[in-house]
Amino acid sequence: MSIERRRLRGLAACVLASACAGRDRAPGPAVAMGTASLPNVRLQTQDGEPVRFYDDLVKGRVVMINFMFTTCRRACPGTTANLRRVQRALRSHVGRDLVMLSVSLDPEHDTPEVLKEYARVYGAGPGWYFLSGRREEIEQLRRRLGVYDLNPVRDADRTRHAGLVVLGNEPMDRWSAISGRAKPRQIVEAVERVMERPEDWKPETWSGGRPPPGSSACAAPPA
Amino acid sequence: MQRREFLKYGTLTVTGLALGGGAVPFVPLRRARADDGGVAGPSPPTSPFVQELPIAPLHQPVAPFATSCPTSGNTLFYNVHIQEQLHSFHPQLPDNLIWGYNGITPGPTFHARVGQPNVVRFFNDLPANHRGFGVPNTVVHRHGGFQASEDDGFPLDLFTPGTSRDFCWPNVSPGNDVRENEATLWYHDHLVDFTGPNVYKGLAGFFLMFDDVDSGDETDPNPAALRLPSGDFDIPLVFQDRAFDQNGQLIFNTFEHNGFLGDKFLVNGAIQPFLRVARRKYRFRFLDGSNARFYEFFLSSGQSFVQIASDDKLLPHPIVRKSIRMGMAERVDVVIDFSGYPIGQEVILQNRLQQNDGRGPSDEGLVSPGTPILKFIVTRDAADPSRVPDPLRPLPPILLDKVGAHRTFTFDNSDGGWVINDRFFDGNRAVAFPQLGVPEIWTLQNEGGEWSHPIHIHLESFQILSRNGQPPAAYEAGQKDTVVLGPDDEVKLYIQFRTFRGRYVFHCHNTEHEDMAMMARFDTT
Repeated sequence: MSIERRRLRGLAACVLASACAGRDRAPGPAVAMGTASLPNVRLQTQDGEPVRFYDDLVKGRVVMINFMFTTCRRACPGTTANLRRVQRALRSHVGRDLVMLSVSLDPEHDTPEVLKEYARVYGAGPGWYFLSGRREEIEQLRRRLGVYDLNPVRDADRTRHAGLVVLGNEPMDRWSAISGRAKPRQIVEAVERVMERPEDWKPETWSGGRPPPGSSACAAPPA
Repeated sequence: MQRREFLKYGTLTVTGLALGGGAVPFVPLRRARADDGGVAGPSPPTSPFVQELPIAPLHQPVAPFATSCPTSGNTLFYNVHIQEQLHSFHPQLPDNLIWGYNGITPGPTFHARVGQPNVVRFFNDLPANHRGFGVPNTVVHRHGGFQASEDDGFPLDLFTPGTSRDFCWPNVSPGNDVRENEATLWYHDHLVDFTGPNVYKGLAGFFLMFDDVDSGDETDPNPAALRLPSGDFDIPLVFQDRAFDQNGQLIFNTFEHNGFLGDKFLVNGAIQPFLRVARRKYRFRFLDGSNARFYEFFLSSGQSFVQIASDDKLLPHPIVRKSIRMGMAERVDVVIDFSGYPIGQEVILQNRLQQNDGRGPSDEGLVSPGTPILKFIVTRDAADPSRVPDPLRPLPPILLDKVGAHRTFTFDNSDGGWVINDRFFDGNRAVAFPQLGVPEIWTLQNEGGEWSHPIHIHLESFQILSRNGQPPAAYEAGQKDTVVLGPDDEVKLYIQFRTFRGRYVFHCHNTEHEDMAMMARFDTT
């Protein structure tokens, strides 16, 4: 496991180094996907702290990522309010193994001070970062995470990107997505499914239906 | 590589302008990068037609074992181990780790008889510590199957690595109506949120049903038997697209929320294979097993197909078709007669449908000659006792006076989320409660603009009453379990649920849409 992990770390580091340089990446997948494709863009938290997207926020954690901007009056307030309830439901994780990342699509306006006030109004606690940065880098991040519309007219409408929450488990390189308009309970369940670790998987965690036949007698032999 | 990087930044710049300056349109690149919503790749080059078409082995029963499934004297018992194994997609690519039923993709093919139940014990032997796309929890859905809720593969009924689960497949027909007997089913993963990557990793296989009419014996002396091409001349073909990195490793973009498209075309797990055929009739069971790709198949010789089944059931009459268009999860059984060709003749199965992103077929429509998918090489003579009789199997009646409920479901895109009646999949809440034995009319509406959605309803197949106000085409007028909603389409269908009370789902079979909650639970009561 540790060797595998080191190998992956090495690969991630290589990809990231080249992503920072914005140039060729030497040997490795030509089309990096999943975790390895994440750009390590420079961002600032609502406290003005400079951070790297991958190194400082994503690596080693479960993450919830959405895009918003403080003057958005369409999908953003509903999503942010939903995420606040998700934060409460997952309070034993948020700020520990789970972080919430809300990235501004209007970084010139949404300075750390503006974002800090927004976070206060919406009751964001520790572990929920509101992030500003350079517009081009945020756009790169947004596209990499698939938060765009294939229709260029709709894609140009920033309020269209506020509805999606990308969920990730970096150590497992496991990613999914859910609408921020789903009920907080649905979002929580989706986060839990991304967060699950092998040690959480016990036959007792059956979610319904026919029980395992003959209970433990039917456990499969190790592969 | 540098050109690729250049393309990437070029696109970003244009996009940035579009955002800054309002509605400046940009032209998406045809061979786009993964983050442009286009076809993934380019994958390394591979030579077409250098490998033989793989045909999955017939799955063999084992001795009876203790199970909680109801069984009878003639029940057949099977084990399936869901495993990570090496697989060769093409001799010019390195072997890849895939997930397969019994470690192979497609998985072993089941042959079952109506009236003879199966108990199948699936062992989840997948690696618990797996990293990357795919989640080693699994759910098994027998697509098109008539089975109890707990044996249907409800997306939350997962079983974890190191455990097994028995699936009781009764192999009975709704109402014991022989007109409802089934033919071509398939089984695949149905894990909530992760069906797309899990099926992409290889978790799919065929399940074929036979009875006294479609008996799987072209020499059957029973006068009721259709004697369709059988045995070595009855070949299931699953069509899938995949992408590979420069090292030849299978790749999948977990951030592609529109529907993932690859640039390599597989038949039965092999890239562009060939099949040696005899000068006679063959039955091919086409399955679009792709995540997001639609196909329209042609034969390079201009010969037509004779379609005999749609999805899980035989048609009432064979239909001669110049081309076969398919959406994800649809099945089409065709007969191709090679007897008119000289030995040595080559005939290419082509996909002429152009598709550039997960929305569905592009406005360009058909291109010629399209992509070669499979090459048939006529190599020998063979006896042909098979027939394609007309009629095949009559349809059950549509009893409009018995209809007890009308339901309307709209399929839409809302700020990047996929919705049915403006709701996201909630495994804990049903959106409809159909009563057993009471026929219903469902109206499926596509409100999603330029998107296509193949909609699959679990438990029972249906008959299409109309598409956009018009009677369905002959190839859609049989029984089906999946129907494609093109942009702005409205389909009315007749459906009834029988025998099994419980929770089921219907959903879009673009697996990326499905994984983003374009699915709804209904409870039969």
